[in-house]
Amino acid sequence: MDTEPQFFDQPGGYVGKPLVRVEGREKVTGKAKYAAEFALPGLTYGVFTTSPIAKGKITRIDTSAAAREPGVLAVLTHQNLPKLAKTPNDPQGKKDIGAPMGFLPLTGDEIFYAAQPVALVVADTLEHATHAATLVQVSYQKSEPLANFKQPKAELFDPEKVQDGKQKGHTRRGEPQAAFASAPIQLTATYNHPVYNHNPMEPGSTTAHWEAPDRLTIYESTQGVTRTQSAVAAMTGMPREQIRVITKYLGGGFGCKGATWPHTILTVQAAKAVGRPVKLMLTREQMFTSMGHREDQEQVMQLGATADGKLTSLVHTKKSTTSPWDNYAEPNSKIVDLLYASPTFESSYELARANVMTSTFMRAPGEAPGSFAIECSMDDLAYRVGVDPIEIRLRNYADHDYGTGQPWSSKSLKQCYARGAELFGWNKRNPKPGATRDGRYLVGMGMASASYPVHNSSGTARARLYADGHAVVQAGATDLGTGTYTVMTQVAADSLGLPIEKVRFELGDTLLPTAPNSGGSVAAGTVSSSVYLACQDVWQKLIKAAVIDRKSPLYRAKPEDVAVEKGRLFLKKDPKKGEAFGELMKRGEMTDIEGMAQGKYGSGYEDTAAAKNADPTQKDQAGHHSMHSFGAHFCEVRVDMDLGTIRVSKWVSVIGAGRILNAQTARSQIIGGAIFGIGSALMEETIRDQNFSRYTNADLAGYHVPVNADIPDMTVEFVEEHDPHINAMGVKGIGEIAMVGVAAAVANAVYHATGKRLRDLPLTPDKVLMAGLNS
Amino acid sequence: MNNFAYTQAASTKEATTAKEADKQAAFIGGGTTLLDIMKSNIEQHTLLIDINKLALLGITNAAEGLRIGALERMSDVGEHPQVVQNYPVISQALLASASPQLRNMASMGGNLLQKTRCGYYRDTAFPCNKRVPGSGCPAQQGDNRNLAIFGTSPSCIATNASDLAVALVALEAKLTLENPKGATRTVPLADFYKLPGSTPHLENHLLPGELITAITVPAAAHARKSHYLKVRDRASYAYALVSAAVGLDVQGGTIRSARVALGGVGTVPWRVPAVEKALVGKAPTEDNFRAAAALAVRDAQPREHNKFKVELAQRTLVRALVEVI
Ligand SMILES: Cc1cc2nc3c(=O)[nH]c(=O)nc-3n(C[C@H](O)[C@H](O)[C@H](O)COP(=O)(O)OP(=O)(O)OC[C@H]3O[C@@H](n4cnc5c(N)ncnc54)[C@H](O)[C@@H]3O)c2cc1C
Ligand code: SF4
Repeated sequence: MDTEPQFFDQPGGYVGKPLVRVEGREKVTGKAKYAAEFALPGLTYGVFTTSPIAKGKITRIDTSAAAREPGVLAVLTHQNLPKLAKTPNDPQGKKDIGAPMGFLPLTGDEIFYAAQPVALVVADTLEHATHAATLVQVSYQKSEPLANFKQPKAELFDPEKVQDGKQKGHTRRGEPQAAFASAPIQLTATYNHPVYNHNPMEPGSTTAHWEAPDRLTIYESTQGVTRTQSAVAAMTGMPREQIRVITKYLGGGFGCKGATWPHTILTVQAAKAVGRPVKLMLTREQMFTSMGHREDQEQVMQLGATADGKLTSLVHTKKSTTSPWDNYAEPNSKIVDLLYASPTFESSYELARANVMTSTFMRAPGEAPGSFAIECSMDDLAYRVGVDPIEIRLRNYADHDYGTGQPWSSKSLKQCYARGAELFGWNKRNPKPGATRDGRYLVGMGMASASYPVHNSSGTARARLYADGHAVVQAGATDLGTGTYTVMTQVAADSLGLPIEKVRFELGDTLLPTAPNSGGSVAAGTVSSSVYLACQDVWQKLIKAAVIDRKSPLYRAKPEDVAVEKGRLFLKKDPKKGEAFGELMKRGEMTDIEGMAQGKYGSGYEDTAAAKNADPTQKDQAGHHSMHSFGAHFCEVRVDMDLGTIRVSKWVSVIGAGRILNAQTARSQIIGGAIFGIGSALMEETIRDQNFSRYTNADLAGYHVPVNADIPDMTVEFVEEHDPHINAMGVKGIGEIAMVGVAAAVANAVYHATGKRLRDLPLTPDKVLMAGLNS
Repeated sequence: MNNFAYTQAASTKEATTAKEADKQAAFIGGGTTLLDIMKSNIEQHTLLIDINKLALLGITNAAEGLRIGALERMSDVGEHPQVVQNYPVISQALLASASPQLRNMASMGGNLLQKTRCGYYRDTAFPCNKRVPGSGCPAQQGDNRNLAIFGTSPSCIATNASDLAVALVALEAKLTLENPKGATRTVPLADFYKLPGSTPHLENHLLPGELITAITVPAAAHARKSHYLKVRDRASYAYALVSAAVGLDVQGGTIRSARVALGGVGTVPWRVPAVEKALVGKAPTEDNFRAAAALAVRDAQPREHNKFKVELAQRTLVRALVEVI
C-alpha cells in the first residue's frame, strides 16, 4: 500500500465521525459482561488475607479456624500453594513470565510490604470467604520497615537501567554541565510527586476455570489477553494454546492492568486446588497494594539558557522509591530530552529500596511527571527572560528530535500553540503574575506542551466478509472503555464499504488474532491498521477470484488494475466495468471470505518496510523517523489565597495525533486524560505512613479524584495531521498524551495567578496557604 | 464482616430494649457509616436493629424553634424551605456533606454518631486507641494532616467528621434521647460528645439502649443570619480540612449576638465562646472579625502536618463572617 487510506471523507463514511458507542446499549442495560460477571456453574470465591505489617517473617500460620467455617473449600498459604513451573522470584523467571513484580506472594514466609497476601481463602460464597479470611491466624516477627527514598536509612543506588531494564538510566549529549556553568541564565528547581494509584472504576479481578487438566479459561480484567495468557503459560508450564483468556469489557486500566499481577496466578492455583472455578475480585483497598502505583519521586531540573532564552543545557536527575526486588522507575527524562532544541542534555536516576510493592506504568509513565518538571522550568525561563510562555517554547522549538537526531514523522505543535491560544483567549492575558483579580480570586492563565511517543507495536486482525453483505472482524484487542469496539467497527465498515450495522467487531479473547496490549497508546493505531489491512486482504482475494472468473466483467484483468470502492470491484481505467462483491461471491458459491493482516508500527503508507528488522533495543526509533504526537494545554485557575483553594475555571487542549478515528470518543479520551492530570495536580495522593510503610487513605473517600464540581467546561480540538510513516492508518493514539503537561499547565496558571511557584504535587490548600504565608 | 442477626423494630421501646439486652447490638439508620465500619471489621455487631420504621420523622418550625426527627434524611432536611430560610447554617452544612446519594440514605441521628475518618482508625492493621483501647496512636507521629488541633490528647487526635454537628453546636441544639424504660431526656449537643482524654473509644454520653429521637434548635436572630463555610481538598464530596459555622445578630451596625463553631479541627465539634464574646458589641467589620478569630486558635495544639489549620481556621472563620453579613 502506498497511499493514504482515502475512504474517510466519502459520503456515508464512518471514520472520523462522532459516532456513539456501538456497545453503549449493552453497557447501560447491564448486558455487557465485565470480567467478574461470568456466572459459571459451581463458581466459588477467593478472598485474600493480607499482612498488617510491612516487613518481617511469618512465624506461624494457623488456618484451622478459617477452614472450619461453613462453605470454606480451601485455605492456601505458602505452605500448600500448588507448585508452579516458574515464579517471578528469580530474574529469569520474572523475564520469562513478563511479570511486573519480582515476587509472588504465598511462595515464602517473608513479608516485604504492607497488605501483602499471606493466605487465599476459597469458599462457596463471597460472604463465607470474606469472613473466613479474617479468621486465618498469622503470627509475625516484625522488623522495622523502610517507607521511601527520603528516609535517613534509605540507600540510594544507581540502577543503570530503569523501567525494569527497558530504558537506559544515563543519557548524555554534549557537555551539559559545562554548558550550564557558563550559561547566562541558570535555573535549578526541585519537583516532588507523591504516590499515585490508578484506581480504575473496575477493580482487578480473575475468574479461573479449569475445564480440563489441560484446558484453562480465565476471565480477566486486563489490558491485554495475550500477555496474561503468556504469563500464565510460563508460570503453570502449560502450552499457551491450552489457556484461553477473555476480557470482553474493561472498566478502565490506566496501566495497572497492563501486566499480570499476583492475584491472577494465585486464583488459577486456587481453582486447581479446589477443582472448581474460582473468582477473585480485589477490594478497593487492595487496589492500592495489588496492581502497582506511580512511585513517589523527586526530580531536579537544571536548565541553562542564553540571555534571550535559548536553551544551552538541560540536566535532569530523578530519585524515587522502588520495591525490594525490582528497579522500576518511570523514564521521566525521555520527554525532557525530546521537547526542546537543547544542544546538550544529561539524565540520571537513583533508586532506594523500600517496603512497598513494585510501581508500574501509570498513564503517560515518565512523560507525565517528566513534563511537570520541564514545563514548569520552561515557564520559569519565560518569566526570567520576560517573554510569553508560548514565545519561549517557540524560541526553543525542536525542528527535529535532538535526542535521536531523526526527523519527526509529523509534528503540529506550532499549530497546537496557535489554535489553543486562539480558543483560550491567551492574548487577553496580563503577562504580569499576581495581577489579575476577580473579586476574591486571583486569576491565572498557564499553558504547557504535551508529547507522547508512538510506541513500537504490531498485531493481527481477521476480517470475514459474507456474500450477503455482512462482516465479522476480529482482533484480540482490549477496549479499556475508551471506544475500541466503536472505532474498529467504523474502520471495518468503511474498509469493506458496508453499512455500520452490518459489521460486528469482536475483541478481548485469545482465540482471536493476536493484538498488542492496550497500553502505551498503541491500540488505536495498531489495531485499526491491522483491521484496515485485513479488509484490504479480503479485497485482494476477491480481485483474484474475479479475474479468473469467466463470468466476471473483470475476467482476465490484471489484479493491480482493479480497484474497490464501497464494495464494488472495477477496472481503474474503465470504472464502468466491474461488479459488486456480492454478485461475484454468490456466483462462485462463496458464503464468506476471510482476510488477515498485520498492522505495524513504522509501517506507514510511505514507509511500509521501515520497521522490519529493527534493532529490538531501539525499537521506538525503528522507523527512520521520530514518531510522536504533540499538543498544548491551556488552563485558567482561580485561586483563593486566603483559603488556599484552587479551581480550574477554563481548559483548552489542542492535540495533533495523526488521524482521529472518532471525533467523540477521541474528545472523551482527551477530556479524561486532562481530568486525570488535573487530579494529579490538585488532589490525588496516596499517603504512606512513615513508620509503618502502610497507606492511610486506601479508599476513594481518602484518595481524592476530581468530581464534576472540580472540572469546568473543556474545549478540545485536534489539528488535522497526515502522517505517512507511523502505520497504515496514520493513527498515533491519544490515550496518554492528554495527561502529559497537564499538571504543569495547572501549576503554571497558579504561578501566574499568585506569583508563587509550587513544585510539590498535589497543590492542596495547605500548600497554597503556606506559600502565601512564607512570602 | 461477621455474621449478624437483623431485626426491624416496630416501636422505640422495642428498639431500645433490644439494644439494652445485647451489648453487641447496634441501631441501623441509613447504614452509610455502620456498614463501612462493619465491613472493615472495625466493629463486630451481633444484631442490627433497624430503626427505619420508627416514627422519628418530621421537620417542624415553631416560635420556640426547630424540631427534626432523628430519622429525617440529610437531603430532606438540607432542602427543607423552613431550614433553608431560618437556619441556613444547618442547610448549608448538610448540603456540603458527603454526596447526594449518601445524603438521601443517611439519617440525622446517624450523622451525629458517624465515625472519624482518621486513616488509622479505619484500617484494623494499625494500632489505634479509639478502636482498640491501649494499642497506641500512630497518628501523633504519622499522617495527621486531617486531624484535630483542639481537644486532643496524647491518646487521640481524631477529628469529629460531622459537618452537621458543627452547625448544631453553634446554634445550641439539643438532642432528645429515649431510654429502654420509655423515658426521655434532652442533652445539649455540645455536652453530648466526650473529649478523648485517655478514653478515646468513649465518644459520647449515650446510655445503654438509648436512642436519639429528635434534634431541637432554638429559634434566634443569629440562626436566621447564619452560614456554613467548608474548605476541602476538592470542590465537593470531601470532608472538611476546616469549616466554620457562624451566626450573627446585627442591629444598627452592632453585633448583638454571635455564634461560632469550627469543624475539621476539633476532636469534638468546636464551639469558640471567646470569639463570640469578642464579637458582641462590635461593628461587623473584617478587622473586628480578624481580631476575634485570632482568639479561636489560642489553645491550638497542632502536629507536624496540620499546622496549617491554625491559620486556615482563622481565615475560614473570617471569611464565613464576612459572607454572612
Ligand atoms: C464517602 C463518604 C463521605 C462522607 N462525607 C461526609 C461529609 O463530608 N460530611 C459529613 O458530615 N458526613 C460525611 N459522611 C458521613 C455521613 O454523613 C454519615 O455516614 C451518615 O450521616 C450516617 O448516617 P446513617 O443514617 O447512614 O447512619 P448509620 O450508619 O445507620 O449509623 C451510624 C451510627 O449511628 C448509630 N445510630 C444511627 N441512628 C441512631 C439513633 N437514632 N440513635 C442512636 N444511634 C443511632 C448507629 O448505630 C451507628 O453506630 C460521609 C460518608 C461517606 C461514606
Ligand atoms: S488519632 Fe485517634 S483514631 Fe486516629 S489513630 Fe490515634 S487514637 Fe486512633
